[in-house]
Amino acid sequence: MKKILEGSRAIAETIKNIGVDVVSCYPITPQTHIVEDLAKFKADGEADYEYVRAESEFAAMSILVGASAAGARTYTATSSQGLLLMTEVLYNVAGMRLPIVMTDANRAISAPINIWNDQQDAVTVRDAGWIMLYGENNQEVCDLHVLAYKIAEACQIPVMVNLDGFVLTHTLETIEIIDSKSIKKYLPAFKPSEKLDPKDPLTFGAFATPKHYMEIRQELHDDVVASKKMIAKEMTSFKKYFGRKLSLVDYYGDKSADTVVVAMGSVLGTIKDAIDELKKSGKKVGVLKVSSLRPFPAEEIIKEIGNKKNVIVIDKSLSLGEEGILAGELKRSFYGNSKATITSVIMGLGGRDITKEMIKKAITQAGKSRNQAVFIGK
Amino acid sequence: MENSKTKKYKAPLSHLLNPGHSACAGCGMIIAARLLTDTIGSNSIMTGATGCSEVTTTQYPMSSFKIPWIHSLFENPSSLATGISAALKKQGKEDINVVAVGGDGATFDIGIGHLSGMWERGDNVLYVCYDNEAYQNTGYQTSGATPLNAYTTTAPAGKKSFGNPTRKKDMIKIALAHHVPYVATATVGYPLDFVAKVKRSLTIKGPKYIQVYVPCVPGWGSEPKDTVNIGKLAFSTGYYPIVEYVNGQLSGKMKINKKEPIEKFLTLQKRFKHLFKDEAGKKEIAKWQAMCDSNIQEFGLM
Repeated sequence: MKKILEGSRAIAETIKNIGVDVVSCYPITPQTHIVEDLAKFKADGEADYEYVRAESEFAAMSILVGASAAGARTYTATSSQGLLLMTEVLYNVAGMRLPIVMTDANRAISAPINIWNDQQDAVTVRDAGWIMLYGENNQEVCDLHVLAYKIAEACQIPVMVNLDGFVLTHTLETIEIIDSKSIKKYLPAFKPSEKLDPKDPLTFGAFATPKHYMEIRQELHDDVVASKKMIAKEMTSFKKYFGRKLSLVDYYGDKSADTVVVAMGSVLGTIKDAIDELKKSGKKVGVLKVSSLRPFPAEEIIKEIGNKKNVIVIDKSLSLGEEGILAGELKRSFYGNSKATITSVIMGLGGRDITKEMIKKAITQAGKSRNQAVFIGK
Repeated sequence: MENSKTKKYKAPLSHLLNPGHSACAGCGMIIAARLLTDTIGSNSIMTGATGCSEVTTTQYPMSSFKIPWIHSLFENPSSLATGISAALKKQGKEDINVVAVGGDGATFDIGIGHLSGMWERGDNVLYVCYDNEAYQNTGYQTSGATPLNAYTTTAPAGKKSFGNPTRKKDMIKIALAHHVPYVATATVGYPLDFVAKVKRSLTIKGPKYIQVYVPCVPGWGSEPKDTVNIGKLAFSTGYYPIVEYVNGQLSGKMKINKKEPIEKFLTLQKRFKHLFKDEAGKKEIAKWQAMCDSNIQEFGLM
């Protein structure tokens, strides 16, 4: 059934319908509405998960480590400083192969302190071994959560679903929430092959010497690489079940355009509007949506836009002193595979609104090759 | 190949924490860990902090534990235990004991926030702190549990230093301030008392905290043969009161039959050697004696 819902509420309803066993949360703007809604569902008897209030994000994620290892399907949500605080645990979760799913309401990083949206938070933990998905709108974000549990539990790799804080979390949209019956058909009950169980006593989180550590880390690496196929397969399967398309990359606009804009998240809507306007004035520009930062769909991106002349990557995050994170990923992937000129444009940091005019300004950077990011804030 | 000279070693796997671990000879922690594990029994799940209790027992691909055991990080065994309890509640398996352990660094310092959170939520978890009074696993650095004057590698004694300048943090009072329904101290000097406390604690619903005193041979500069003796002297000098609180009330205390002078405790450990060099050291020892006397008075140990 379609409903008009705030993004956060829609995520909370989706999590409730997924049938998680243990939720552990700590509040942080702009994630708060999600964890408040989950608490209210529990208080009203509409949900039967255990809701554990944590004393920090570090604790929230640690509580999920215990719960997940004991065989529970788990969930938390965070943002910004909270994500950074739980960094140590995030690496640990991936290393222990626990299929925890987390929402990150993307927000800027302090200092200066700023509670508004950009995408700097999640990229700081890009190398932790989590699968990192990005939604363009709230429908996609909710659908990605359902998909996330399927992937996490099949691959034994944790999944972080990213959405732009405020821009999506606090926006009301028409959304179809998948009901619990339909989810049950798509997502089997969580039955881990190994768990903490007195009937079969196992040791988790052992100490690995140089003799074993490297192979264990390589195995995780190989499995993150391999997860891309699983994600693609599950996205196809998702469409069969629920009728909506999810994809690792998605091209929008004139296929013959020699300039293409690449981005992740909600800014794609504004970019699409901007290029539609440019099309009316006779300028052809394409847009490529990237929905997964890890695993990175390099082959899929090259297949779509490797033959283009100019690629403009719009990032709401950067490696200070260098360039946008997504731009760097593209450059690395394109090396030896494409002759496109890649330009890194930084926009929308700390909640600065991104307008169609700014996008058009970014497009004027096409073909200007540099090794430093261009900031466009006006 | 088996011949008359090589007999196959049959490990006595009668314990739930078994031989094959790499703890030092005379390690107080491993004694407490075995007593604890055997006492909680096989229907238990244990979480451990980073440190000697983890490193010595679970070197991949081996494990000394015959109960389900999990280690994640230094600071979070209490949070892990909370999560396990929540999962077990959801699964209707609340009969399983959930036990968290950590050294004094994990407990007094880096994990105190998590422990406070667990206590405050009232989670049904027994937390046992192996108190060996410093970060022994990383090479004898000061922790919040390090006593006054102990030589540590981050508070060494020298011309202008008597070693650690601060007194031990009072975790027992911190636990009591959280209304933890069962709080106790114990020492490997008196193993039966420790075992009895572990058993009693498991009959109480909610959080339980037991702090067990575990001498560290390399960190304290003591002899392996003296581990139990030092564990006893810590008590009989009045330095480490052995007490038990149920619902905030002092419900039990071990009485000192024969009070020993603090020097007897200090001289068995090289970490206090610098106190015996000159007159200034005597003043420091006098502070120790005063601390012991004050404990004896406060808890009525005699």
